[in-house]
Amino acid sequence: MTDSVLVAMSGGVDSSVAAALLLEAGYDVTGVTLRLWGGESDQGCCSAADVDDARRVAQQLGIAHYVFNLADEFTAGVVEPYVAAHADGLTPNPCIECNRTIKFDQLLRRTDAMGFDLLATGHHARIGPGGQLRRGADPGKDQSYVLHMLSAAVLQRVRFPVGDMTKDEVRRRADGLGLRSADKPDSQEVCFIASTTSRGGFLADRGLTLTPGRVVEAGSGTEVGRVEGVELVTVGQRKGLGLAGGSEPRYVTSVDVNSATVTVGPRRDLLVDHVTVTSWSWVTGPMTGAVQVQTSAHGVPVDGWLEPTGVVRLAQPTRRVAPGQSVVAYRGDQVVGGGPAL
Amino acid sequence: MPSVYLDHAATTPVRPSVAEAMWPWIGGGRFGNASGAHQVARQARAAVDDAREIVAAGLGCRPADVVFTSGGTEADNTAIAGAALGGALVACSAIEHHAVLEPVLAHGGTTVAVDAQGVLDLDRLPANVRLVSVMSVNNEVGTIQPIAELRAAVGPDVVVHTDAVQAVAWLDVADVVAEADLVSVSAHKLGGPQGVGALVVRPGTDLAPLLRGGGQELDRRSGTHDVAGIIGFAEAVRVTVAERAETVARVGVLRDRLVDGLVDAIDGCAETVSRPLKVAGNAHLSIEGIDSESLLVLLDRAGVCASIGASCASGAVEASHVLAAMGRPARGALRLTLGWCSTDDDVDVALDVIPAAVAQLRRQP
Repeated sequence: MTDSVLVAMSGGVDSSVAAALLLEAGYDVTGVTLRLWGGESDQGCCSAADVDDARRVAQQLGIAHYVFNLADEFTAGVVEPYVAAHADGLTPNPCIECNRTIKFDQLLRRTDAMGFDLLATGHHARIGPGGQLRRGADPGKDQSYVLHMLSAAVLQRVRFPVGDMTKDEVRRRADGLGLRSADKPDSQEVCFIASTTSRGGFLADRGLTLTPGRVVEAGSGTEVGRVEGVELVTVGQRKGLGLAGGSEPRYVTSVDVNSATVTVGPRRDLLVDHVTVTSWSWVTGPMTGAVQVQTSAHGVPVDGWLEPTGVVRLAQPTRRVAPGQSVVAYRGDQVVGGGPAL
Repeated sequence: MPSVYLDHAATTPVRPSVAEAMWPWIGGGRFGNASGAHQVARQARAAVDDAREIVAAGLGCRPADVVFTSGGTEADNTAIAGAALGGALVACSAIEHHAVLEPVLAHGGTTVAVDAQGVLDLDRLPANVRLVSVMSVNNEVGTIQPIAELRAAVGPDVVVHTDAVQAVAWLDVADVVAEADLVSVSAHKLGGPQGVGALVVRPGTDLAPLLRGGGQELDRRSGTHDVAGIIGFAEAVRVTVAERAETVARVGVLRDRLVDGLVDAIDGCAETVSRPLKVAGNAHLSIEGIDSESLLVLLDRAGVCASIGASCASGAVEASHVLAAMGRPARGALRLTLGWCSTDDDVDVALDVIPAAVAQLRRQP
């Protein structure tokens, strides 16, 4: 019997082509769009216009399309942790939490419960034998970083049909199929914060009281500037600190929410020789030894040595990772695992 | 794959006689602007006037009381915006359709609580209310509201509007029309075309028009008449009223068999509103331990068209304000609604498919 696949369709070009490819490959394909955010939003997987786009693509492909309302789950699993992380002075990545708690948990559960064999998305990543997670074919669009916390058990029930393609190939394919989403721009920024709202304004609306803080020089402790909200400051940040210009560039080296203090220093103060991850998640199981670590979605991987304690020794001094930001370990193009930096 | 349609409260198929009555005006060469002064206009005008008499007879009002609109939503908006004059207090039940709820809230109005069966709590009506809107029959759970008691409670001076969109197919709305000042009806819930309906405006009711323009409908609703739609609407009202007693009896038996069968076959399945309190076509259920959206997908894939109740334009399901107001859980809600063309076969397939789908969703991985 033909395998049935539920495709998460955001209305964007990647998931549209993913659905088309699965259909061509002979799967029994059904589309679903998640309604995740009831609040103001103008982009990403949240807006009503994107639901319309996804529905129209499904009509073009001749497949059934449904909309699941997971707004409460999204608020609880993504938005509230995002606000809480900021309150703690951490740098959260809501895309990772959305993948973890919504797409590959809530939606995957429903996929299973409804008896579909597989769940597919438009992510740029590849799934190898035994549920290995590998980088997508397009280095500029690779999304394995935001999928690093998926286990092989989950990945074996998932398909990423565009993972073998470059973005240009995806667009050409969409164009060739006459899909209306062929020219849609990629989504950017945090999807649940409208472009007309600032991050600070959003957090304030969600009940976070911003704490005005001092900016002090490392070592001397001299106050050199002030910030409106220490919760909005990220390690490595250079701008928006109210610093006098002229001197050597200074970067945020640490943020202490409790004492409302942001410490800045020269670039060399940011450099570290290791990074600590306290709660690793592994794709196929715990590993140690030589790895490359990546600390942002499209960051440059750095060579390191993963110790059994969860610490990664870095081969060269590297800019410090903001606490809360995800550290992902690769071996070649394969994801080993990852977790938030301490 | 046979398609079993159990969503008649959303819309119901166009009746053959309706299509036949409309055809001359769509593809048969007849046309005309009913407001003109020549023979072509006159034939359109005559058709609209005939239709108005048929609708009035079916609803139990005077022909002059019938204001044709583009449907139930326009009728509701016209009633609220047109009768809510000055800063007078407006109230509606907490389980109104959004076409009433939104205009009432936009006018700074308030909602009135209902009980667990969805029946309006007359004791909770605000004392100083000037316009009150309570639906004759609820679209989700099917509860019939006590419009006569509402009138008795508020007295003759308060403007009473009722959205009777879900009522005409099942009840003799003459009783409701006799008590209310403003009544909304819609064609497509009766086997008429979509996009046409009426607001019944009883004599002596002050109403400002929502749509201003050429002054059609005695200045109560401007815009060129949708002649074909109005003719179809009238035929739908005529057939519905003529066959109503028979339909209610026949569909009631089907509904009872459907609900009894499902409650029997599915553990943790209960009927939301008890039968004497609701219309014959409604089978709203609550099923424990499943998520309604997934159930709808499985039913759709098996050829059964059902609904949860409240859908927004995106197709996403909103948490039902109706169930919330009744103090009922939204999770596991399933709305099955039967109509004039429902059959025993529909019920047989539903009794086969729905328990199997629920069992699938409850299966442990």
